[in-house]
Amino acid sequence: MAKKELMGLFTDAGYAAEAGDALERAGLTKNDYDFLTDTPYPEGALGERHISHKIYVFPFIGAMLGLTVAILITAGTQVSYPLITGGKPVLSVPAMAIISYEGTMLGAILFTVLGILFESRLPYFRKRLYDDRITEGYIGLVVEVDDSKVSDVERALTQAGAVEIKRAAA
Amino acid sequence: MQEAKVLSYRQINKDLLGNIFKSSNRYWLIVGFLTIIVLGAFAAAGYMINRGLWVTGLNRPIFWGFMITNFVFWIGISHAGVMLSAILRLSKAEWRRPATRAAEVLTIFSLMTAVTMPIIHTGRPWRTLYWAFPFDFQRGIWPDVRSALVWDPSAINTYLTSSIMFVFVALIPDLAVLRDRSTGLRRMIYTVLSMGWRGSPRQWKLQAIAGILLSALILPVFVSVHSIVSFDFSMTISVKAWHSTIFAPYFVIGAVLSGVSGVVTVMIFIRWLFNWEDYIRREHIDALGRLLIVIALAWFYFFALEFMFGIYGQEGDELATRHMQMFEPPWSWLFLTFIITAFFIPLGLWLFRDVRRSFLWMTITTLLVNVGMWLERFLIIVPGLARKQGFTGTWHTYAPSAVEITIIVGTFAMVLLLFLLFAKVFPLIPLFDIKEGQVLKDEIKIGRRRVPAVIRED
Repeated sequence: MAKKELMGLFTDAGYAAEAGDALERAGLTKNDYDFLTDTPYPEGALGERHISHKIYVFPFIGAMLGLTVAILITAGTQVSYPLITGGKPVLSVPAMAIISYEGTMLGAILFTVLGILFESRLPYFRKRLYDDRITEGYIGLVVEVDDSKVSDVERALTQAGAVEIKRAAA
Repeated sequence: MQEAKVLSYRQINKDLLGNIFKSSNRYWLIVGFLTIIVLGAFAAAGYMINRGLWVTGLNRPIFWGFMITNFVFWIGISHAGVMLSAILRLSKAEWRRPATRAAEVLTIFSLMTAVTMPIIHTGRPWRTLYWAFPFDFQRGIWPDVRSALVWDPSAINTYLTSSIMFVFVALIPDLAVLRDRSTGLRRMIYTVLSMGWRGSPRQWKLQAIAGILLSALILPVFVSVHSIVSFDFSMTISVKAWHSTIFAPYFVIGAVLSGVSGVVTVMIFIRWLFNWEDYIRREHIDALGRLLIVIALAWFYFFALEFMFGIYGQEGDELATRHMQMFEPPWSWLFLTFIITAFFIPLGLWLFRDVRRSFLWMTITTLLVNVGMWLERFLIIVPGLARKQGFTGTWHTYAPSAVEITIIVGTFAMVLLLFLLFAKVFPLIPLFDIKEGQVLKDEIKIGRRRVPAVIRED
């Protein structure tokens, strides 16, 4: 069955949370709707679904890669042009440790940023239901629903206090 | 939170994005003035590169002068930003909200400015890059990783990249606000930059994690950077006054002192320039003032230790350096100015609540700190080199030339100019953070009083 996307706009977080409950009473699950806000609300304040992620894996992968690249560069450049100074070994471990530390941290930070974007599902440039008023304090409740349930959802959103209901363009 | 006003989201957007859509004449006047100074500095640097380093005051045995002092100074300023932002985010300090981004942006631009100093200081900037980065594949000659001067670019590169990423991630929600408020080409650009941000719970959750996770990752980098900058000096065996094991923490705490002071100065400046009285309030500079008292005392402890270790060994070169710093004019006058302006005057004044809550006094005291901290670096570098060897035949002193002074003044203008240009394109105060502060604010009744309270999430 074809799915339709709707969005109810609310002026108050309480009304938006109530609308979510109303949708669930109408037979939808938490996975069928999502809130759009201009500011982070405390977790669970809107009754949103639990969010799982694997962000903490990214810095570890980045750190390992950064460390590997740093060791390869520092060891590689010394071995490629072996210059013996004062009879000391060609490979200077303390010096390598410092640059390797920076490489490790750089890798961890870059991969963390990539992870944040990936887990946030960004970038995303396809057209989606949205309203500029969300960044003025309105709360959007986006619902994906079967054609047959559109009128039920609209009724639930209106009764919960939606000031406007938008539909995705066909 | 006693002084905070409740503002609508629309009002917050209007106030904090005001300069992006329409700047005041005052803003353009300052930008124009700073641009002239920066162009003057570019001309001076071009002249120096064209004519050679003889146009500077550098000569044997003092080969590091104003430019390297300025390099260390700007690296120091860069430290406050991310450190302040990261520590306040990790500790969830409520008063962080208006301060974080300005501090982070100051970090980026002061780092960029710092990097230009050693590059042009070499006199042949185009050669500097292949001393630092391994890319000279044709000749097979690589940077010497055993040199502290190669560790430095690796640390600064990491810190600069990390700081840019840190600012960028926290900017995404605000870019979406800008996208929604703008039209035409500007809207297209902000649409691309905001990458399709809509503000779903998932995105906000990841945004909160990003703040914490990146803060935790960037703090060790921040400590390492100034430690490694101090290695430029302390790893040098031949300059006795520099060869000190305490230099790394001493440099780090000095950087924090000058950097946090720089953030206070800049916050008061943008409050005045953009009329942000409702956002940067007395309570914020009061809190920063208290923080500065702790930092200044910690810095003084390290300063005293560094000095004590220096003279305790009774080594000739070290004593000659200390003698030059403290008893030989004009160095002795500079030393006196340094210790009074960096520590005694500001600390004495910050103990008073009225001073900490006065924008004028906090501007004066934080500027004084940075005058002192600039001189501190100068007094480490020049007397250290001037008295580096007992048997040296050339115990020259150093006086900066007009070219060096012009370049140094230009760097101050450049940091401020870049900062203001950033403010023309991006908000300097994170809108979502201010709005979150409003969401989490409440009032509770205790006895007969209603007092403001803030809900704090774990």
